[in-house]
Amino acid sequence: MTISIDPQKTNNESLQPKGWLRYFSFSLDHKVIGIQYLVCGFLFYLIGGTLASAIRIELASPMSDFMPRDVYNQVLTLHGTIMIFLWIVPVVNGAFGNYLIPFYVGARDMAFPRLNAVAFWLIPPSGLMLVASYFVEGAAQAGWTAYPPLSITTPQSGQIIWILSVLLLGGSSIFGGINFIATIIKLRRPGLKLMQLPMYCWAMLGTSLLVVLSTPVLAGTLILLSFDIIANTGFFNPVLGGNVVVYQHLFWFYSHPAVYIMVLPAFGLVSEILPVHARKPLFGYTTMVFSIMGIVVLGLVVWAHHMFTSGTPPWMRLFFTIATAFIAVPTGIKFFNWVATLWGGKISINSAMLFSCGFIINFVFGGITGVALAQVPFDIHVHDTYFVVAHFHYIVYGGTVFIIFSSIYHWFPKVTGKMLNEKLGILHFIITFIGFNLCFAPQHWLGLNGMPRRVAEYDPQFQFVNQISSLGALLMAISTIPFLINVLLSVRNGKDSGDNPWNALTPEWLTSSPPPVENWEGEPPLVEEPYGYGKEISERK
Amino acid sequence: MLNKNFYLILIITLVFAVSFWIGFNVNLLPAEASINAPIYDELFKILFIIGLIIFIGMTIAVIYSLFKFRKRNDQIGDGIALEGNLSLEIVWTIIPSIIVLLIGLYSYNIYDRMGGMKELNHNHEMMSSNSEKIWAGISQTSDNEIAINNLSIEVSAMQFAFLFNYPKGNFISGELHVPVDQKVSMKMESKDVIHAFWVPEFRIKQDIIPGQPTILNFTPTKVGKYPIICAELCGPYHGGMRASIIVEEESDYNEWFNKNKKPEVNL
Repeated sequence: MTISIDPQKTNNESLQPKGWLRYFSFSLDHKVIGIQYLVCGFLFYLIGGTLASAIRIELASPMSDFMPRDVYNQVLTLHGTIMIFLWIVPVVNGAFGNYLIPFYVGARDMAFPRLNAVAFWLIPPSGLMLVASYFVEGAAQAGWTAYPPLSITTPQSGQIIWILSVLLLGGSSIFGGINFIATIIKLRRPGLKLMQLPMYCWAMLGTSLLVVLSTPVLAGTLILLSFDIIANTGFFNPVLGGNVVVYQHLFWFYSHPAVYIMVLPAFGLVSEILPVHARKPLFGYTTMVFSIMGIVVLGLVVWAHHMFTSGTPPWMRLFFTIATAFIAVPTGIKFFNWVATLWGGKISINSAMLFSCGFIINFVFGGITGVALAQVPFDIHVHDTYFVVAHFHYIVYGGTVFIIFSSIYHWFPKVTGKMLNEKLGILHFIITFIGFNLCFAPQHWLGLNGMPRRVAEYDPQFQFVNQISSLGALLMAISTIPFLINVLLSVRNGKDSGDNPWNALTPEWLTSSPPPVENWEGEPPLVEEPYGYGKEISERK
Repeated sequence: MLNKNFYLILIITLVFAVSFWIGFNVNLLPAEASINAPIYDELFKILFIIGLIIFIGMTIAVIYSLFKFRKRNDQIGDGIALEGNLSLEIVWTIIPSIIVLLIGLYSYNIYDRMGGMKELNHNHEMMSSNSEKIWAGISQTSDNEIAINNLSIEVSAMQFAFLFNYPKGNFISGELHVPVDQKVSMKMESKDVIHAFWVPEFRIKQDIIPGQPTILNFTPTKVGKYPIICAELCGPYHGGMRASIIVEEESDYNEWFNKNKKPEVNL
């Protein structure tokens, strides 16, 4: 049974502000909420990026000379937390999920519009609280992993605010996850089968299952940690008989799936973008769906590979090695399928396509170092070094953030009815791609040769390579400028895009750009072949 | 068609050749100074070569597609309506599975040779009770090795220093001195937060955890001075938490040991 929502009932338009003001309101429109997520996320990306620049400035010299050592630890903690919880997770899930999923399932809004608005409005206050904690007594300084006993012994107010903030963001994430599952399963337009959905729906279904299964574990863990801090309980405090390794198990039970919460939606988005610009059907739809679900299942049983040096027994080390390495198989299938999608197409080389191809190259690199890191004997040397820092930035920046930019170039005409400037877009890609690789590729060598992560000072022999890395970071910071100019200019003065500038077949393009409040003027169209490129119109179902 | 296959085979051969050449000629690792290090480097080399083949291959495939299948100005319409190919999907499911499985088995073999699967036996006179829970590190006990030869050291870590207790000599040192080619067995415990003991030239690392002793065994093979680095965020001075391990000839070590040795005090 499918439920159709009457927009007049859920969305009392007379009470909703019009124009740009609606982006500051408790809007129930999934499209408004999607943009709220995106812009809010991007503002936090600028803050997180500023913190990253501060880290790279500090590391341009081997001495701790740019900021006090405890401030440095606060900066790296905030950088990690902001980039994960306030930029990547809300944007690839909340922003694109809210904007696209109702279109893809043929609905006029999400299943629970009010829950949706609540989920978004939890983010700005918790983000501001997190940033403001710096001005109270200093922000949290135990890293985004907040391992006890360090998190118990550092200044309390910062750590407690960090916990509260992450709890709120986790709650927001769970609300979003429930909403996506309900929308994809229950709000599909009559006649639309699950195996006809665009791939992003499958990615969001898998991601939301991970969110709903694993985020509550993080919440519980952080509540216990806060008891240890404020009520002197001894769950994780070894002085009171607690066990610090148990915290790591509980933390990574969420935080490894969190990696998939950050990359699976990107896998979905790139599956939407490549077929459109390559003018070819998505290669291997069915195997793509199964590999997403394979990643979801395996993603839940690999967490202890973050703890190979924490004193884990040999059998546990081996189990998690094998499970982790096998994630490479479904992930590899997806990458082979994307390259096969490009093969034999008529590819438009534009900013969206370039960022997607940059994603493939960067992510394959990060995936290969990931398989290496899964091997216990390999990991024992490089764990907690810059090799790991380089690896996960290849996954979350080279992977997911590249796809966020690709998606912005792809869907900007949908949201605004204007095109982004292609020349600025390609300039943005070139600077980002060079800057990113210059920043993070040398860090692999640093890790292998003895530079641990999260340090403000290091052996002077590493200075030259660190300066190359800092130069790359500078380029990454500069790359934001053409992007910002492009967006700000194009919103007002961009070339009119028409309703469907890419001649795409997925349902969000089968309406006006920007779309009306009810998404379609008439009945939602039934799109049985969202990737039916290369077929005559009559052949399409 | 023959021509096309010829080029494909040529490119694959070149990718393999380049990857093997880089794998054998580019050294990304620091000096090898323990029994562990050459074993580790062997694994690294294999993973590096396999990784290079996959990375270079995929990058060529993406860039080639962008050039070969780019839309020319005079072209209209779509690419071919190819929705999938089951035999290709099976090939690129099974081949990666086999590669991953072989890497897994190989790294098990490496881990076993490093002594990771051995029972950890820390022959320590100061051990308080047999039931004390010892957490795994990495061990290198070879079966014919005589336990008495082991040099036992107790490591305690605190913000922001390592202390090395030599129970046989009844003294504590801030520098770790060990004789070359002898197995060293360390029992490590932290006084405050989690630290980690890392010697990059030895390719070993083990967290030092408060409340739960961990064990780390190693055998240095090269005389020299190497850094001991704390690899777990432990507070503001984490980056400065370093010590030195001095591997020396047995005679030099004994001289140092006897100089520092304190007489047993019987209370």
